[in-house]
Amino acid sequence: MPAPLVEFLQFLFSGITSGAIYALVALGFALIYNASHVINFAQGEFVMLGGMVTWALLSQGIDLPLAIAGAVALTMVVGLALEKLAIEPARNADVVTLIIITIGAGIFLRGLTSVTLGKDLHALPSFSGDEPLSLLGATIMPQSLWILGVTAGIVVLLHGFFNYTLLGKAILATSHNRLAARLVGINVSFVLLLSFGLSALLGAVAGILIAPITATHFEVGIMLGLKGFAAAILGGLGNGVGAIVGGLLLGLIESLGAGYISSDYKDAMAFVVILGVLFFMPSGLFGRRGTERV
Amino acid sequence: MMTRFTKGLMLAGVALVALGLTAPAPSPAQAQEDPIRIGSFLAVTGPASFLGDPELKTLEMYIERINQAGGLLGRELELVHYDTGADANKARTFAKRLLESDEVDVILGGSTTGTTMAVIPLVERAEVPFISFAGGVSIIDPVKPWVFKTPHTDRMACGKIFEDMQGRGISKVALISGTGGFGKSMRGQCLEVAPDYGIEIVADETYAPSDTDMVAQLTKIKNTEGVEAVVNPGFGQGPAIVTKNFAQIGMAVPLYQSHGVASKKFIELAGDAAEGVRLPAAALLVAEKLPDGDPQRPIVVGYKSTYEAVHGEGSVSTFGGHAYDGLMLYKAAVEAAGSADPAAVRDALEATRGFIGTAGEVTMSADDHLGLDLTAFRMLEIRDGDWVLVN
Amino acid sequence: MADIRPSGYSKHRKPQTYSRRLGTRATPAQVLLSERVGGMLTLLVVIAVLPLLLTNNYQYDVVVNIGINAIVVVGLNLLIGYAGQISLGHAGFFALGAYASAILTTRYGLHGALALPLGALGVGLLAYVIARPILRLSGHYLAMATLGVGLIINIVISREAWLTGGPDGMYVPAIEVWGFELYGGPVWYWIVAAVLVLAVWLSLNLIDSPAGRALRALHGASVAAEVAGVDTTRYKVMVFVLSAVMASVAGSLAAHFSEFVTPDKASFFHSILFVTMVVFGGMASTFGALVGAAVLTLLPQLLADFASYEHMILGLIMMVVMIFMPKGLVPTLSGLARRRRARS
Repeated sequence: MPAPLVEFLQFLFSGITSGAIYALVALGFALIYNASHVINFAQGEFVMLGGMVTWALLSQGIDLPLAIAGAVALTMVVGLALEKLAIEPARNADVVTLIIITIGAGIFLRGLTSVTLGKDLHALPSFSGDEPLSLLGATIMPQSLWILGVTAGIVVLLHGFFNYTLLGKAILATSHNRLAARLVGINVSFVLLLSFGLSALLGAVAGILIAPITATHFEVGIMLGLKGFAAAILGGLGNGVGAIVGGLLLGLIESLGAGYISSDYKDAMAFVVILGVLFFMPSGLFGRRGTERV
Repeated sequence: MMTRFTKGLMLAGVALVALGLTAPAPSPAQAQEDPIRIGSFLAVTGPASFLGDPELKTLEMYIERINQAGGLLGRELELVHYDTGADANKARTFAKRLLESDEVDVILGGSTTGTTMAVIPLVERAEVPFISFAGGVSIIDPVKPWVFKTPHTDRMACGKIFEDMQGRGISKVALISGTGGFGKSMRGQCLEVAPDYGIEIVADETYAPSDTDMVAQLTKIKNTEGVEAVVNPGFGQGPAIVTKNFAQIGMAVPLYQSHGVASKKFIELAGDAAEGVRLPAAALLVAEKLPDGDPQRPIVVGYKSTYEAVHGEGSVSTFGGHAYDGLMLYKAAVEAAGSADPAAVRDALEATRGFIGTAGEVTMSADDHLGLDLTAFRMLEIRDGDWVLVN
Repeated sequence: MADIRPSGYSKHRKPQTYSRRLGTRATPAQVLLSERVGGMLTLLVVIAVLPLLLTNNYQYDVVVNIGINAIVVVGLNLLIGYAGQISLGHAGFFALGAYASAILTTRYGLHGALALPLGALGVGLLAYVIARPILRLSGHYLAMATLGVGLIINIVISREAWLTGGPDGMYVPAIEVWGFELYGGPVWYWIVAAVLVLAVWLSLNLIDSPAGRALRALHGASVAAEVAGVDTTRYKVMVFVLSAVMASVAGSLAAHFSEFVTPDKASFFHSILFVTMVVFGGMASTFGALVGAAVLTLLPQLLADFASYEHMILGLIMMVVMIFMPKGLVPTLSGLARRRRARS
């Protein structure tokens, strides 16, 4: 392989690994947005909880698979509680008000975690070792393959869930028209609850997958949440395909930008691209074109 | 038709009362029996929490110990601390609160260079001694009358690293630095002192402190002609990721980290990839490995065992050590001055000679408010998951 | 689109602004108690009396910070509360103002009193240029775009260290007026109070003007307003620029007051804080904005004593207030008071 091509491949691997994580977080945003039209700015805290709780359980001597299951379950409980206690009572509030409620929830969850689990950085062990794999001259970590594999698996499962199960279809119906869904007998408030649970699950999984690479910390969710939101918007809010494409694209812009242009400005480049896309496609790449009712 | 503004007024009133409550009117001249008030503002949360957290724990622990031993000049020490979250604006308001409302006798703290720099104008005007725990050389260069600091500067870290490189015959170096205050400042210092050591910087990459992957930057460095070593100024999880990515893409040149990762945590986070990494750090990290005759040995072993007895095996870091040094320097200065009077303590601090702390031997003067030299830094290498002294 | 609206609107403008709101011709007492006159008087009284309660520089510091935040929030309230456009990037404009003052005074030797309007002019131009494409977006897309603008400003400020001092920030000299250095709480109290009064007065007048009515139409239904002949884009752009300029002015004041600026001023959190102040106090209420600024500037100071529980409590307060008072403190409380009076 010629050197420039290997280099490109290396940037590509790096980009899709970060991108897959952004995609998972973005999917979490999309799920909740679809069911409730709420943007959950505490999504990053689900990511953080996944990693931190897994670490906490591991440090208590619990096996990794069990610790992961425990962390996912606990994060889902937090997601359900958030919907039940904070979002549902404020259902009729303004968009901005709901944004601030979820931001408050994020601050609260970070505070709670720092008080109970401490403020240290923690590493999780990689799922299958730290021996890099060589692929066409470029290298990739086994953990990256885990990230890509699990993300792909989740995408397939979600696709099946939304297209082939009654519950999934109910969620889709609710996202299209809440009143109509209620009229055909869908329990809308259950659907909302479910969407928060699922979204917490996605967040927790993302947090657990990436913790062996980046280490976890009570504030690790802030930036990942923000990037996930950016990815969700880039792809088009509430669109599953959009969230995935948006996430991967964001990861690639960052790594190619850092590799070929300037590592100093790679984050700024990502936002410039998003602004550029929005200027020409005001609903993101795959977003539904909204019509405003008068 | 009393509308919203009336309510607004009432709310404003409530808020003001609340503000008044937090700051009771200052009492007249403090009696000698009153406690000595030590003010502190640290980044206990936020991106620099791994600095602020051990610093606060150290201050709390040792102030309690001093009080149990009868206090300082027979007076109790009282700690007033506020968390800045590494936000310079918060630091400034809290410093004002410490100076104006809490009326502290000294300020120890400022985990980061940014928060420290923001309060310097305030302490200079208030004429209260201020000992910072932050690394930036700009804190004490140029010298400000009331400002001191305990950690080695980033300029010294660069010097120590380049000195070591000279010994290994390395002259072409790549930098990959964090864009946070610490990384950015140290990068600047390294670029500045590199020519003094005959070092040429051939690649200069950066990453954001919250980045999750630095493979792209390292690949670029790997493909740069003639790189003989890589230096990574930065702190937090960034350097651990750099170290892992460095190993992943199979780079074989030596990797140097900075004193910003001088804790066991770094080895834990970077795992096997940390093998062979070198960094300049205070003697504290190799406390038990110091030769018996080393004057620092009793101090660093004492601090390490005291800290780890409370916070667990392997929890000690040089960051907590900076706070220890700051508190002990202040204690020594008060004892030397025979009072906690700010001006007297300032003069005593400036007259510090041969003080042994965790960072090294401190000898201050009117134009050196740090008092450490390059010998205070030790070059360490990570071998078998532990620090080893390099000679 | 042909601009037919302003003249059309002003023709319909009634001379008695207050009678329109109260339904009948206003008595002098009613005028006194209205938001515009009465509120303004109340604000002036509060400003005049407040220094009597302040005993030290720290308290002045907090109050001056409240005032600086309030200037931003009054402007942002016009955008969010009246024009119905969210911005998660106003800290960027605040920071640009602050850095314009810092850089122009230290690096180019300009007088502070000149740097402030120059900064505001620059920010106004920038806001004008980006306003049209950005304000075509709505809802969360607008939130993302403004957030992006703020973050880009933040990144540029922290990267270009040769100009801005980088992440560690830079000093800003105090302003000198006739050999007298503007330093300390009391001096800045009166400077900030004067600017705040001006900002509030501007805001109240704008709301009560024909443009203000067009603005309120925007918040309700922008398509409907468009159909009714209101050039919505023009008004949105105007308010966006105005709010950005107000943020810039506040930023310049903050820079000279605190003598130090850091890129934190442009952070996402700072933007969020401003928006939270608007919503907390009560959207579409100028005095709500003041209360929001006061409460949320005070809160961290009050919570500082709770040490590690500070963030938990702050998050909890934000959630609880927004859940139970989704309209914000001032409108909810005044609504309650009105209902109680109606019952009695």
